[in-house]
Amino acid sequence: MKKNILSIISFLTVSVVLFSACDKDDGKPVVYYQTQDQMARPAINTVFVDAAEKDVFNTTTPSAQGAAFAMKFKNKLLALNPGYTTNLLGLDATAFTNVLATDVLTGSTTGVTTFYDGTNVLTGRALADDVIDVELILIFGGPMATMNPGLTSDNVGTNDKAFLTSFPYLATPH
Amino acid sequence: MKLKRVLTIGLASAGIITAGILFAADHIDSPAVTNQSTDITDIYVFRGQDQNNLVFVANTQGLLAPGATAAAAFDNNTVIEFNIDNNGDAVEDLVIQGISSGGKMRIYGPIKPSETGNRSRLEGNPTAEVAITPYGSSPSIATGVGGIKVFAGPRDDPFFFDLNQFKKVIAGTAPSFNKPGDDSFKGTNVLSLVVEVPKSLLNATTGKVNVWVETKKKI
Repeated sequence: MKKNILSIISFLTVSVVLFSACDKDDGKPVVYYQTQDQMARPAINTVFVDAAEKDVFNTTTPSAQGAAFAMKFKNKLLALNPGYTTNLLGLDATAFTNVLATDVLTGSTTGVTTFYDGTNVLTGRALADDVIDVELILIFGGPMATMNPGLTSDNVGTNDKAFLTSFPYLATPH
Repeated sequence: MKLKRVLTIGLASAGIITAGILFAADHIDSPAVTNQSTDITDIYVFRGQDQNNLVFVANTQGLLAPGATAAAAFDNNTVIEFNIDNNGDAVEDLVIQGISSGGKMRIYGPIKPSETGNRSRLEGNPTAEVAITPYGSSPSIATGVGGIKVFAGPRDDPFFFDLNQFKKVIAGTAPSFNKPGDDSFKGTNVLSLVVEVPKSLLNATTGKVNVWVETKKKI
C-alpha cells in the first residue's frame, strides 16, 4: 500500500514537471491520449475496408462507423460474392453489413462466450474459436453454408500451441 | 541445441521477412501503426475459468519471432484501452486502461470515462499493478481492486489463420483456399495484456457487453 502511494506520488510528480495542462477541478495535471489503432471483430477492416481508408476506419469511434461505412461494406460484400443472397444468420446484404459496420465485439455476461459454436452466435470470442472460418461462411456460404465450398474455410482449424485452462489462458511464447 | 539455434535463426529471419508484408486479425489493417508498439493484433472476450468473470485480452505487436521477443516492450506513452458499452449504443460506458511504467503494467478501471471517443485520460486511481513478465519467465499475475486479475507480457499469438492465401482470395488472385492451409502465425509471439474482471463490475443489465480495444498515444 505504502509502495503504491509512493509510486503514484512519483508518477504525479513526474507528470507535473512534464506537462502544463491542468484539470479545472482539482489542479492536477491532465495527460491526454489519442486513438492510434482500434479493433473489435477479427479481420473486419482487412476484408471490408479499402486500403486508402484503413486508418480512417481504425480511428472512427464505433458509434460513428455505421453511418460512415455500412454502404461501403455492402458494396465490398457484393464485390467479393456477387451471388450473395442471405447467409447462415438469415441476413441479407444490407442487414449483414449494417451489423458488421459498427465494429464491436459482443460478449455475453450470462452464458457461453463464443464467436460461433453451432448454437450461440457472436456471444464473445474465445481463444480456440475459428473466427476466420465463421466469417468466410457468413460471407461466402449462402443461407445453408453450402455454397462456394473452396472459400468457406482456410483449412487452419487450431492454434499451434495448446491454450491454458487457467489465467492467463494464452500459451507460453515460442 | 544446434538444431534449436538453427530453427530460431530461421524463424527469426522468416519473421523479419514477413513482418514487412504481413500483419493477424488486425495486423493487416493499420498502415499508420504497422510495426509500432500501438499496432493491435487481436482482441478476445470470454468467460473465465471462474464463470463469474469475463476475460479481456488485447494483443499487440504481432509476428514477433522468438529471437525478437525478449526485446519487445510495451510503450510507456501508449494506453491500451478496453472500451465497454453495456447498453447497446456502441458508446463506451466503462473503460479498462493499461499503461506500462518502470517494468510494471498499471491498470485503471473498469470505470466510467470522463469523456468518450478518441481522446482519453487515465481514469481514477490504479486498480491493479503487475510486473511485466519478461520473455522466458513464468507468468507474473497480480490481483487488484474488486478481484480483477492482470497479466502483461509476451505470449504465443493465439490467432491461427492462412493469411497469405486469404489475401490472395480477397484480392481475386486465387480461386480458393489451400488444403491444408498454412498458419501464418505459427511460431510467433505477441505482447499480451490479459485482464479478468468479475462480471458484477460491468453493470451489464442487458446480459451482454459490446467491447472494442484501442491503443491511444500520449498527445
